Amino acid sequence: MTENLLEINGLTKAYPGVVANDAVSFAIDKGEVHALLGENGAGKSTLVKMIYGLVRPDLGQMNLLGKRFSPPEPRAARAAGIAMVFQHFSLFEALDVAENIALGMENPPKQRELAARITKVSHAYGLPLDPHRLVGDLSAGERQRVEIIRCLLQEPKLLIMDEPTSVLTPKEVEILFQTLRRIASDGTAILYISHKLEEIRNICDSATILRHGKVVATCTPREKSARELAEMMVGCTLHEPLRQAVEFGDVVLEINDLNAPSRSQFGTALKHINMNVRAGEVLGIGGVAGNGQEELLAAISGETTGKAGTTKFMGQAIGNLGPNPRRKMGVLAAPEERLGHSAAPDMSLTENTLLTAASRQNLVKKGFVDWGKTRKFAKKIIAEFDVRTPGAHTAARALSGGNLQKFVIGREVMQNPRVLIVNQPTWGVDASAAAQIRQSLLDLANNGAAVVVISQDLDELMEISDTFCALNEGELTRPRPAKGLTVEEIGLMLGGAADLEAVNV
Amino acid sequence: MDLSAINPVLLISSLMIAATPILLAALGELVVEKSGVLNLGVEGMMIVGAICGFAIAVQTGSPVLGFGGAALAGALLSLLFAFPTQILLANQVASGLALTLFGLGLSALIGKNFDGLIPPATDKLHVPVLADIPVLGPILFQHDPMVYFTLTLTAVIWAVLKYSRAGLIIRAVGENHDAAHALGYKVVRIRILAIMFGGACAGLGGAYLSLIRVPIWTEGMTAGAGWIALAIVVFGGWRPWRVLIGAYIFGGVTVLQFNLQVAGIALPVQYLAMSPYVITIVVLVIISASKSRAGGPPAALGKIFHASH
Repeated sequence: MTENLLEINGLTKAYPGVVANDAVSFAIDKGEVHALLGENGAGKSTLVKMIYGLVRPDLGQMNLLGKRFSPPEPRAARAAGIAMVFQHFSLFEALDVAENIALGMENPPKQRELAARITKVSHAYGLPLDPHRLVGDLSAGERQRVEIIRCLLQEPKLLIMDEPTSVLTPKEVEILFQTLRRIASDGTAILYISHKLEEIRNICDSATILRHGKVVATCTPREKSARELAEMMVGCTLHEPLRQAVEFGDVVLEINDLNAPSRSQFGTALKHINMNVRAGEVLGIGGVAGNGQEELLAAISGETTGKAGTTKFMGQAIGNLGPNPRRKMGVLAAPEERLGHSAAPDMSLTENTLLTAASRQNLVKKGFVDWGKTRKFAKKIIAEFDVRTPGAHTAARALSGGNLQKFVIGREVMQNPRVLIVNQPTWGVDASAAAQIRQSLLDLANNGAAVVVISQDLDELMEISDTFCALNEGELTRPRPAKGLTVEEIGLMLGGAADLEAVNV
Repeated sequence: MDLSAINPVLLISSLMIAATPILLAALGELVVEKSGVLNLGVEGMMIVGAICGFAIAVQTGSPVLGFGGAALAGALLSLLFAFPTQILLANQVASGLALTLFGLGLSALIGKNFDGLIPPATDKLHVPVLADIPVLGPILFQHDPMVYFTLTLTAVIWAVLKYSRAGLIIRAVGENHDAAHALGYKVVRIRILAIMFGGACAGLGGAYLSLIRVPIWTEGMTAGAGWIALAIVVFGGWRPWRVLIGAYIFGGVTVLQFNLQVAGIALPVQYLAMSPYVITIVVLVIISASKSRAGGPPAALGKIFHASH
């Protein structure tokens, strides 16, 4: 049975200086999984916010089940049967699961009743949840379950999912997809937003592709290749990262029996880490965030120091040195958290450049900052990495996630490191920018640097790694050549997701 | 020194009186901070409540109208903090400090004509039967209605924050205002209401000082009570019952040191006078030292909320 659930006609929304949505029209059927594809800044989020009542359109109209639909606020949209799972989780860490779910409902039942319903519905959909746990103690996958259950309890007609898989393991993604198929077969339509084209081909019935706020194509994703979809999104031909075959050089970075305590309440301590990275090698480290990734990056960058011998750079013990001496030698790092860790949000790009490049680029002379030189270097990064920003004086906070990511990776790559460790280098970055970042990492390795890439995106790791290992519960598996590894083998290395039940459809 | 001059029954019963103004102000601030706003203007709102309550009670002869007026004055004054911080997105610390300074000045101005007057007395509640129990009667059941009102308010705030939907929404707004906004809750409106509630409570606390505890108007009579209320909220871990304990410790030590002064203890008066502040904070720090997650500050406390869409 197909019947139009939501019809969007000529929806337009302009912000000062940019038209976020320009006469966007498409329709979603009941029980259909509809993909919304587009690069960062293509207008996907604005469109979704209009459907959810967070933003009011300037022009155009929406029809829900044949009736005029213009929600003045999310409450009205929810009452009309629209539910949304947000990209950045909209959860409250200090509250428990049941309280979080109650906040997203119009007329929540009594807490005890609600807890019982949560347990029932979550098991029915194969997403087990304990209603009394604090959300702050949950993993990313579990948090997403909270959001999904919150939506499902309202029995929505349309479920909007904004980048739902960016933080999940392959096993978790599989479970999510089974759940989504089941929800769709119950007649609920799903609007699915993602960068991951394989996922969209796997699960979506139809796709609307946005570019610069306009609908440029509608298609059935199963009939297209991922590459075709990507090119429709970007509007030009994509270049796949090129890897020259190189002979690896000597071991540049050596980690021997490294132990480090957890850096946050939700982190994991590192246990007996051993690894070697050779010149010209890209080592990919997979695993779900929170398994020691941050700790490993901190141990290599020098944020956490330990016994001198645990970390060696070109045979020299550096385990007891802080970040600055290590940077001077050429051991650089780009952490995951863009705002606050990689970059100081309220400082300009020039100032942010100074923060990591001061010693290696000689930007400070006798205690005084050479601003001219710093600005020049910042501009060079902006030009080289195609960072879209009004200029080097812009505050880091004002950049979009993808652009800031290009900047922080570029800042380290341009300093010509001998060792570079990056965590989630392309998180939240669109396809063409991600390809560019990956290419720059490969170029770096081609020029003889040792590169360590920590990522949750396995496709990315398979694309650029020479060697692959997995970080699980603070322990590193034995490295294996990335070429020829199958998804099953990687799944075994990752080990996790044991607590998840698959749905019996 | 003659310790026998101290009557323990009288000591404990006056402890409850000494604690009430601080407890009122602290309960109000607790709700404000739970909604994610740090209002350092408690002292200012208290003293404006003190003079407004005093003036209205003297003019009308009714302490009830005095308390009502004080609550209203506190709530109105708090808008001077709410408008810049919630609408104009000004810094909360600076705005709160300004409110305190403004309140101190404004109260001195209003109070010019009220020096030396005596307010109408508030009747003590004489709970039938219970008040006649020896020892317990005078300690617990012979107070003015505001003491019982404040105790009830503690229980109500605790229950509302813990069990009601309104309380859940307040906590959610204080925990993560962006998420609350995304779910469609009116962050700014909720916070302004919380700030006004805090102002009303602080005003009541101030009026309690000038109408019952002292009872007379003198300039600057709150003498830091608002700051102690702020400290009690923090060290009480944002929990109503711990705030109550903190206020009672403070009240108790205050009363005790007065009694010790009268009894002629061989300690400089200055040390005695500072003891309530030191002891309260030390005790609350020890209580809050065992940190559990739920006992932390609201995650969005003092952060400015700007709706990005």
